[in-house]
Amino acid sequence: MQLIKQSEILYRIDILKDQDLYIHLEMTTGAYASHLDSSKHPAATFITNARIRYSHGSISGNGPYRVGLKMQQGWVYSEGLTHFEETETSRLIMAGHDSQGKLIVSLQLSREPF
Amino acid sequence: MEEEMKTLVENNILVVLPHPDDEAFGVSGTLAMHVQNGAKVTYACLTLGEMGRNMGIPPFANRVTLPEIRKKELEASCRAIGIQDLRMLGFHDKTIEFELQELLDERIDALLQELRPSLVITFYPGYSVHPDHDACGAAVIRTVGRLSEKERPLVHCIAFAKNLEQSIGNPDIINNVRDFLKQKMSSIEAHRSQFQAAELLGSKKLKPREIQDRFGTERFWTYSFK
Repeated sequence: MQLIKQSEILYRIDILKDQDLYIHLEMTTGAYASHLDSSKHPAATFITNARIRYSHGSISGNGPYRVGLKMQQGWVYSEGLTHFEETETSRLIMAGHDSQGKLIVSLQLSREPF
Repeated sequence: MEEEMKTLVENNILVVLPHPDDEAFGVSGTLAMHVQNGAKVTYACLTLGEMGRNMGIPPFANRVTLPEIRKKELEASCRAIGIQDLRMLGFHDKTIEFELQELLDERIDALLQELRPSLVITFYPGYSVHPDHDACGAAVIRTVGRLSEKERPLVHCIAFAKNLEQSIGNPDIINNVRDFLKQKMSSIEAHRSQFQAAELLGSKKLKPREIQDRFGTERFWTYSFK
């Protein structure tokens, strides 16, 4: 994984638009959040291999970044993204890692199921 | 002494835990000890920990590559401990508590019938913090509990919830594994994508004394089916 380069992400968002895709979208504080610090509220959510199709998408912010994808009816939104997988050419694999290196958010798009 | 004899004669052990690296912290020293004493160990690992948040520091894994990376780490950890038989059961990380109970129980029962273990090691349901740990332990206890008293192996549970002694008392098995710290630390470090996390091993080099204090003892609660 490499630190996000906005132009690389925008390029990948554009080549994946207007087609049926599989999405993995996730956000998590980790299952041990409240065990390690009782003031923390543990929360996590993920959806994997849901089908989506967007007509327009972009990335914004100065890092961590936000991504929004506009669908015919509704939006996909993700904030806190820091890294992407540069070796993936046909899929978009993005994640946000916190200061300890832990994944906290991820947004992935692919033409094939994950 | 009697307790010690009982642990030493275990010859056929089944370990059932949900995530690669669950074996490393809580039980690897005990398993290395049993293996040295001639035991055969089967480790049934329910998932590949594919939803883990640690990806290495700096991250070298991602959500897509993590399962394959963790599978290799798990195999390396088993080699470090001396575990002869690793079964990866293919369930999905974070979903054990939602999985069909019949399916979980069926897979665990098949292992019990095939291996006829004298000792089973799992998590103590309700006292193991992570929902997968609790659900894994619950499935093992349910399944072992269905066996007749004569067929039923001993079950040793790992537990680490806060204030658990108030509910389940003190652990009755306390293993000194200081002679097996080489295997244990190799098992932990085999999980390359995981162990540098601050709450696990961390990135800084520990002194031998710190390693002994932190990792030299493993504690278990014998489950009572009464």
